[in-house]
Amino acid sequence: MRDAVTNRFKVIGTRSVRPDGIEKVTGQANYGADYSLPGMLWAKVLRSPHAHARITSIDLSAALAMPGVHAAITSDVFPDLKAGMEDSGEGEVDFHDLSCNVMARDKVLYHGHAVAAVAATSERIAEQALAAIKVDYEVLPHVVDIGVAMAADAPVLHQDMFTVGLAEPAAAPSNIASRSEISQGDLAAGFAQADIIVERSYRIPTAHQGYIEPHACVVSVNQDGQVDIWASSQGHFMVRDYTSKVLGVAVGSIKVTPAEIGGGFGGKTTVYLEPVAAALSARSGRPVKMVMTREEVFRATGPAAAGIVNVRIGARDDGKLTAMDSEVILDAGAYKGSPAATGARCMYAPYNCDNRRTVALDVVTNTAKTAAYRAPGAPQAHLGVECVLNEIADSLDIDPIDLRLLNAVDEGDRAFFGAKYRAIGLKQTLEAAKAHPNYHRPLANGQGRGVAVGFWFNFGLQSSATINVHEGGTVAVITGNPDIGGSRASMALMAAEALGVPLETIKPHIADTESVGYNDLTGGSRTTFASGWAVINAAEKIVESCRQRAAALWEVDVETVSWADGAAVCAGHDPLTLAQLAAKADVTGGPLTASASLNAKGAGPGFAVSLCDVSVDRDTGKVDIISFTALQDVGKAIHPGYVEGQMEGGAVQGIGWALNEEYIFDSQGRLENPGFLDYRMPVASDLPMIDTVIIECPNPGHPYGVRGVGEPPICAPMPAVTTAVNHAIGAHLTTLPLTPERVLAALDSL
Amino acid sequence: MAIHVTTSINAEPVEFLCEADDTLVHVLRDTLNLTGTKEGCSTGDCGACTIVLDGRLACSCLVLGVEAEGKSIETIEGVATPGALHAVQQSLLDHAGLQCGICTPGIVVAARALLERNADPSEEEVRYWLAGNLCRCTGYDKIIRAVLAAAQDLREAAS
Repeated sequence: MRDAVTNRFKVIGTRSVRPDGIEKVTGQANYGADYSLPGMLWAKVLRSPHAHARITSIDLSAALAMPGVHAAITSDVFPDLKAGMEDSGEGEVDFHDLSCNVMARDKVLYHGHAVAAVAATSERIAEQALAAIKVDYEVLPHVVDIGVAMAADAPVLHQDMFTVGLAEPAAAPSNIASRSEISQGDLAAGFAQADIIVERSYRIPTAHQGYIEPHACVVSVNQDGQVDIWASSQGHFMVRDYTSKVLGVAVGSIKVTPAEIGGGFGGKTTVYLEPVAAALSARSGRPVKMVMTREEVFRATGPAAAGIVNVRIGARDDGKLTAMDSEVILDAGAYKGSPAATGARCMYAPYNCDNRRTVALDVVTNTAKTAAYRAPGAPQAHLGVECVLNEIADSLDIDPIDLRLLNAVDEGDRAFFGAKYRAIGLKQTLEAAKAHPNYHRPLANGQGRGVAVGFWFNFGLQSSATINVHEGGTVAVITGNPDIGGSRASMALMAAEALGVPLETIKPHIADTESVGYNDLTGGSRTTFASGWAVINAAEKIVESCRQRAAALWEVDVETVSWADGAAVCAGHDPLTLAQLAAKADVTGGPLTASASLNAKGAGPGFAVSLCDVSVDRDTGKVDIISFTALQDVGKAIHPGYVEGQMEGGAVQGIGWALNEEYIFDSQGRLENPGFLDYRMPVASDLPMIDTVIIECPNPGHPYGVRGVGEPPICAPMPAVTTAVNHAIGAHLTTLPLTPERVLAALDSL
Repeated sequence: MAIHVTTSINAEPVEFLCEADDTLVHVLRDTLNLTGTKEGCSTGDCGACTIVLDGRLACSCLVLGVEAEGKSIETIEGVATPGALHAVQQSLLDHAGLQCGICTPGIVVAARALLERNADPSEEEVRYWLAGNLCRCTGYDKIIRAVLAAAQDLREAAS
């Protein structure tokens, strides 16, 4: 293992221009909706107008009879998959549920649930054909609120769902899919030792990931059954594998070419359109294009889980935590699988405390199936713990950063979720926050400050890379993770570093599923960590091959040949550069190419700290962010600009979730705000500059010290903003978002 | 019935057929294959489809194709000249002012229009000018910095 701490880098850590930049600033880059094929049809999806209903009949005949309509389908065309969790490589998936979410069987479970689809010669004809499909529904009582969904008399979504994880087997079906508990020590004794106990219940709304690019794909199924897919996703291997399951077609018959992805944040880690387009293409014999509308994106693609988080924490007068007890209840949407247990495993991760427990409940509701959203479950869970810690600090008159430093985990401590920490940068990050000028800026009347910590595990998982050295010495670096925020830049930097060649000679590419080894999702903050590692390993194979080729040319022992600054070096010989060796490849063993793959372990956990100052208008209740500082241990920043970009983007998403963003349902369970006007994400004029501080505590588990970066940034902003608002107005608001209406109501009740 | 439209796009004469209710973004992307203009919402809220129509910024999802008749349209495809990026494009690259890049064409078109009107905008002016261009990845920080730096580059080049 290379020593990350003492590594000296030549190009890593520089702010190079991204290799795919010109295409993206000129409009030449092709995203999901930018692909088209000759003879292509357009397809549209008919969606449920009800939150919960039984489908009694679907009649496609009138639609199929329309001129220009080439195919129409219901879920009948998909195999009825067996229920039960299957390992999909990165977490478990119930493919029966996934198939039912792609197109409803028997029942629709949310307003917007796909019911049927039509392919026609134009988008306009496809839309007209949807109106000709006749569906009879038996409307059922619905429930969209997790609190209500847990009640004994709530409408039950799935008659075959019995709560898993109870002490006694469940006697009746329930909307609570599972209950899980982790506990350590003696809670009662811990609370008995406490001088202060604070208990609060927090409500977090459903929020959407809000990527600007709607889901889109083009699919062509040939006469021989070969399925070709061009799609925007967070993992084209996932698209291949999930589509294979839903269609009942072998993985080997499907090739997926990744489009550029216009944002995902976890929301593009599953399939919605691809199996539908494939089924329509197979029936029509024509390529089929599908593009969601923004309304469809809001109604039918994975929002982030709404939550109820109940937290009770006890501490001694000196700030030492004695007991922590929490309940994390998260909304899975229509099908089980909320990140409640994941959030629960994160919420105490920054702290030591002998006596603690989390209970996680996964609850289904008549809303769109939730999907991952940046550190899924963690922001909701952290909101509760971090806000309560701030209240304890206030009550004990202890600086909130000091309170955290007193209880912070460090190398060698065992995390709440079980692992023993290797080198981590939590204390360094907290110290940097405490020393930051923004933490010492005097606050005016009506202003408040909040601080919070966030944690995410970071993932490793499977990655592959291939390197081809061209004649002339340029280098193609081929990986298989969609570049969602600059990962081509980090791949190029790591390849240049490992090969010792100029960055400009590296050409990174993202290949289709047939042209590079398997790669798990662009998710879990794993791409730069794991795919980067595969690139480093492939580069080292190239270096090894170059040394052998140089040794053969020089007729010396390979052990006398070293590699420095992109060239083979041996005493008594002029160095042979990569370009020179590539030119002689034909006489030294053939093309200079190498592949590497791994299932990367050792993803170092990431800690982030948010400092937020707000100003509250006491007449309108409007909250303005006047200063926001994001600090994070990133291990090693391969490209600091894109690392800061993750920190800034995550901060603003957290600010939006805290202040503005929420799904609003009417009495019939219909989403009332499925557009960017009414689902208000932060815009440029809402915000100040986001100050960032990169802390580099190298991850001992990676050759270059890399930790995942993308997810910790969204974990701490919600509690930091909430605490800042509460400090500004002297209240204890616990229901997000902190809209002017809620803030005014709190001011009025003081 | 399809309607014949004669217009100018990026200083080139263009003719196309469209239905009366086809939006301009649909015509640009699906009829004329000018896919650099992106469609994020179709309701004028995200700014990804920003174009310049007779010198004014517009969301091309809120303009009908037939409204292009006799007008002059500028899209992202016309911003760079062969071999040379516009200062805003170069500055976005230099400042890591894009992540996924889907909002970038709209940001480029809008920011260029700002700098043509105001050579020395304040941070606040840039933030309000770009308030109609949603970006979910960056938190706007590096976009704002890039536009301010591009303004300075253009001023220095002009002086």
